Amino acid sequence: MKNSNKGLNHDEPILFEIGGVDKSGVDLNKPTFKENFIGECFEDREIGLPGLSEPESIRHYVRLSRKNYSIDAGLYPLGSCTMKHNPRLNEKLARLKGFSEVHPLQPLSTCQGALELIDEISIWLKELTGMKAVTMTPKAGAQGELCGMLAIKKAIEARNECNRTKVLVPDSAHGTNPATAAFLGFDVVTIKSDKNGRLNFDDFKENVDKDFAAAMITNPNTCGLFEDDIIEIANYIHDAGGYLYCDGANFNALVGKVRPGDLGIDAMHINLHKTFSTPHGGGGPGSGPVVFSDILKDFCPAPLLKKDEENYYLVENHNDKDIDKSFGRLCVFHGQMGMFVRALSYMMSHGSDGLRQVSEDAVLNANYIKSSLEGILTPAYEGYCMHEVLFNDDFLSGTGVETIDFAKALIDKGYHPMTIYFPLVVHGALLVEPTETESKNSIDQFIETIRELASKTQDGEDFFKKAPIYTPIRRLDETKAARNPVLRWQKNDVIAAE
Amino acid sequence: MAEIYFTKDHEWIKVEDNIGVVGITAYASEQLGDIVFVELPEEGITAEIGKDIAVVESVKAASEVYSPVSGTITKSNEDLNSTPEIVNEDPVGKGWFYEIEISNNDELSGLMSEEEYQKHIGD
Repeated sequence: MKNSNKGLNHDEPILFEIGGVDKSGVDLNKPTFKENFIGECFEDREIGLPGLSEPESIRHYVRLSRKNYSIDAGLYPLGSCTMKHNPRLNEKLARLKGFSEVHPLQPLSTCQGALELIDEISIWLKELTGMKAVTMTPKAGAQGELCGMLAIKKAIEARNECNRTKVLVPDSAHGTNPATAAFLGFDVVTIKSDKNGRLNFDDFKENVDKDFAAAMITNPNTCGLFEDDIIEIANYIHDAGGYLYCDGANFNALVGKVRPGDLGIDAMHINLHKTFSTPHGGGGPGSGPVVFSDILKDFCPAPLLKKDEENYYLVENHNDKDIDKSFGRLCVFHGQMGMFVRALSYMMSHGSDGLRQVSEDAVLNANYIKSSLEGILTPAYEGYCMHEVLFNDDFLSGTGVETIDFAKALIDKGYHPMTIYFPLVVHGALLVEPTETESKNSIDQFIETIRELASKTQDGEDFFKKAPIYTPIRRLDETKAARNPVLRWQKNDVIAAE
Repeated sequence: MAEIYFTKDHEWIKVEDNIGVVGITAYASEQLGDIVFVELPEEGITAEIGKDIAVVESVKAASEVYSPVSGTITKSNEDLNSTPEIVNEDPVGKGWFYEIEISNNDELSGLMSEEEYQKHIGD
């Protein structure tokens, strides 16, 4: 077995390579099955599971956990797209038994508190977005997009205007936007960004015709810029009989400052993990509630949560007049309860002034990085940014170093790299989102590291091409991995024998 | 004698009579980096000028390939399924994407010459 340990940073093989079928960590009696209930399917043979001692298996998982660079270990320039700080108070409240042990099939009379919490968070979301209705069920941002676009599709059908099949999406959009529209049978037309990184309104107008159904716009967009023309765009869309879907992934830059409802948005998903600090990625699950404007509110999915004089109840029957225009049911149950508790805990502990400060601090931190690195890195666009700052690779020109090399060198300096090569509209993009919780000290350290690396690019490319050096596994061959993906571990000698 | 034309979206088309062979330019393949997957159009389907017809995926990004002309797809380069790297190695040769029977040769007048294209990417 090869040893790639680096210092105290251990390389870790998989369980099958550590354990052996001839070993066992526990002392079990030999099982004696006389009868089984699966008839002929029963097979009695070795299945080759590895045996490990207790310390071996503990070490395996502890070592794996130490490979995980996380927001709890240091600044994470990928930002809220991957993880921002999850306040521990949220975790404490989510572990209250009434929330953590609630079951979606238990009688409603026994979980009124949980329903009240869903109602409460719905009110917060409608208030913060200035929208008329909200559905809490979508399981993530992408499903939220699907939900919003299904409601738009249903609204178009209700107007007997099924000829409207065209959805306009800017070229800086998240890939899920065109994917969602295409999945629903819409024809996607890409709108080019202008030189300021915003949607090209003239190009947009030229593509609005009688087939126009909707536009999917991210605001602030993926370049970290506010779409200044958003109100004019929304008016233009509505005059043309279309709908405006907003990808709410970057709502964390606006919460408490701008209400999407005031911008003319008809539907928007909210990533609870991005804006309201619930865990996701490895710690998920995600949650993507969708808010709707007045003209779409009748089409949002079932169930509908309502309250009579005393009790909360769910409107689920599609014949009920409250939901008879709904596009139907999106999810089996009511949504990600654990995430609702965490998000509401975040909202209530911050209060409306605190949430406004979250946005302000997120934007301030990004702009602090931008201005500190002016003349060191090359910002893709002039002027202030929102919660994230986008650089291009002009500062690397002539050095032989590419964006990927710069990112890999950052690993050796103890930072997870920022988002690279996205959005696609910027050459060799480096996108940094510090989030609102980083202290000035922590951001200054990061800036200092970037400065040091940037000055090193003038000494030639060698240092960068070799990076990372201090990881158990060095530079991965991404091309080979994509061209010849090995998706299943197989024991080589077994394959050879067969 | 085949003529070669270019689009502003970095496709090339080599035309002989009313048959065209389409691929992406050397500049495009360099910008994309190592290409790992190409999705080709099926034979017999109709392509429309400026509409997406194929997808090319590299380690950095997935991009759409837009048909430089309208017509019917007569052949796809099957070699790209197993060895997409030939797009990087020989983009304007062995790395071609598909062959198309051009429905209207007048559309070619809207495309760029090699010289114009070099100027376009120089900007």
